[in-house]
Amino acid sequence: MFELPSGAEIQSIIAVLKANTGFFIPEIYLSVLFMAVILVDLVTKGRKNNVLSITTLLGLLGSIYFIFQQHALPSGEIFFGMYVIDRYALFFKYFFVVSGIIAVIITMADEQFNREVKSMGEYYALIISMVIGMIMMASSGDLLMIFLSMELVSFSAYILTGYFKRNRRSSEAALKYLVYGAVSSGLMIYGFSLIYGLTAQTNLIKISAALAAHGYDPLIMILATLLILAGFGYKIGAVPFHFWSPDVYEGAPTPITAYLSVASKAAGFALLMRFFYIAVPRAALPVEDVMGIDWVALLIVLSIASMVYGNVVALWQKNVKRLLAYSSIAHAGYLLLGVLLRDALGTQATLFYLTSYFLMNFGAFYVVTLIANKTGSENLEDYRGLGRRMPIAGAALTVFLISLVGLPPTIGFIGKLMIFSALLAKGSLYIWLALIGVLTSVISLYYYMLIPLNMYLRDSEQPEEKSFNPGLIANILMSFLMILTLWFGLFFTPLSDFARYSSAMFGITLQ
Amino acid sequence: MEQLATIGLNHYLTISAILLCLGLFAVMTRKNAIVILMGVELILNAANINFLAFSKYNGSMQGVMFSLFVIVLAAAEAAIALAIVINIFKIFKSVDVSSIDSLKE
Repeated sequence: MFELPSGAEIQSIIAVLKANTGFFIPEIYLSVLFMAVILVDLVTKGRKNNVLSITTLLGLLGSIYFIFQQHALPSGEIFFGMYVIDRYALFFKYFFVVSGIIAVIITMADEQFNREVKSMGEYYALIISMVIGMIMMASSGDLLMIFLSMELVSFSAYILTGYFKRNRRSSEAALKYLVYGAVSSGLMIYGFSLIYGLTAQTNLIKISAALAAHGYDPLIMILATLLILAGFGYKIGAVPFHFWSPDVYEGAPTPITAYLSVASKAAGFALLMRFFYIAVPRAALPVEDVMGIDWVALLIVLSIASMVYGNVVALWQKNVKRLLAYSSIAHAGYLLLGVLLRDALGTQATLFYLTSYFLMNFGAFYVVTLIANKTGSENLEDYRGLGRRMPIAGAALTVFLISLVGLPPTIGFIGKLMIFSALLAKGSLYIWLALIGVLTSVISLYYYMLIPLNMYLRDSEQPEEKSFNPGLIANILMSFLMILTLWFGLFFTPLSDFARYSSAMFGITLQ
Repeated sequence: MEQLATIGLNHYLTISAILLCLGLFAVMTRKNAIVILMGVELILNAANINFLAFSKYNGSMQGVMFSLFVIVLAAAEAAIALAIVINIFKIFKSVDVSSIDSLKE
């Protein structure tokens, strides 16, 4: 049925692969680092020291150099359309590497690891493999590559979630994550197979060309879109694919919770935007959609549901990690508002919002980790009187929470402002979406402010009032994130310029 | 009758749709973690049948490639899933997902 390629063809394929390797250096470097960390673990086995984490940290820092080199490269497809190099992917490469670094730093500060596990073993290697997977997610130009990279991220994340093997909650979280993840990726593959059936292509740009040239059955298209959204929606944690997230966020080790809530979600958004913007461009479609329902309409429903559900259910949460889990569902809703605009302004706003979410969410989880080290608890009640006992941590957490609400003068305010103003610029229906966004932000004010309320205005029931000091490095990182949150809230131009610079995707020109 | 006599694309697609529904049914109704994972395998194989059938009738090679990768990743996923389920069994003495509920609202 299929012809075998001739010798000359094979030679030319090998030549292309060789030529394209130069565009793939950061990924190769990180893969080598992954293996190096496993080797280092083998050599230092049994010893409790920081060799592994320092190696990982320096290795990840080194990869920033190779990513920086890629600014000089022209955007284009490599490896026969499997992989894409463009400024959009570059933004996410920085994003994931830096979030990997911060996840490692939070892990070094977390004392729970000393109690729960004997050795850090594969932990750091898996964090690196997640970084590689997410970088590939952001740069994939083919359905096959999307599938492979998503599974690479998911598999590493399942193991990391259940890393506390003897801990009931961690193991249970891993099981739940696994079951939901496996089902939703299975549905996504089924959706991919339908798209492949419609177009006979797996490359995103060729899919879009085939859809425009031959037309399609709108019913099958909407079915495929729904199934694919199950996979992407699971990664970004949007309603109604969010069921795993509160349990997983509560049960997983805190650094992994932070990592999943920021990096894995951003990877989902990177993929979502690239897939829908390039493969299913709305304007180019010749056929009328079923009752006007297309992926934009589906994303509008997802976005509203996420904002309302996340913010309302968070009101009743007593566990801070669970509260932040619901807040991250709500933030997926805000981010979707930027995605569904599918224009340059919306993309810029989404990228900016992701950066702001990165700073404030990592900051909040870092402080929660430090507080849990000292008090051994993540309950809201146990935060009473902490503001006086941990002055820097209390101030930092308050700043991060103000930023999560979206109040000035923080980066969260600028992020929300950019998304809402992009919505207003589009007009008509989108103004209502902006209104819902603003109203749900007001609801979120209540539950976020419960934490500073407990920290500063309510006294602890225990009489002892000794002050905690989380240590110099922790204080420096915490203050660093806090100052960045405030700094970019006032001087946001470089960051928003970078977001605009990065909103150039290969294969489509956004207006 | 003639339509039934020769096996065409529709037959493959029907089989795969039935497999998908059976897989989803297993995932949603079963309580045993192992059976849920079997349901996931059914879903993946439904997609595989689709890919192979489309590949046969499109004449393009990508579907075959895709299904090969799906098979490999399904095996990897099963390995990780079983490791997690074994760990769950050690801790909870059960693989019944309804009894594994220490994380709650």
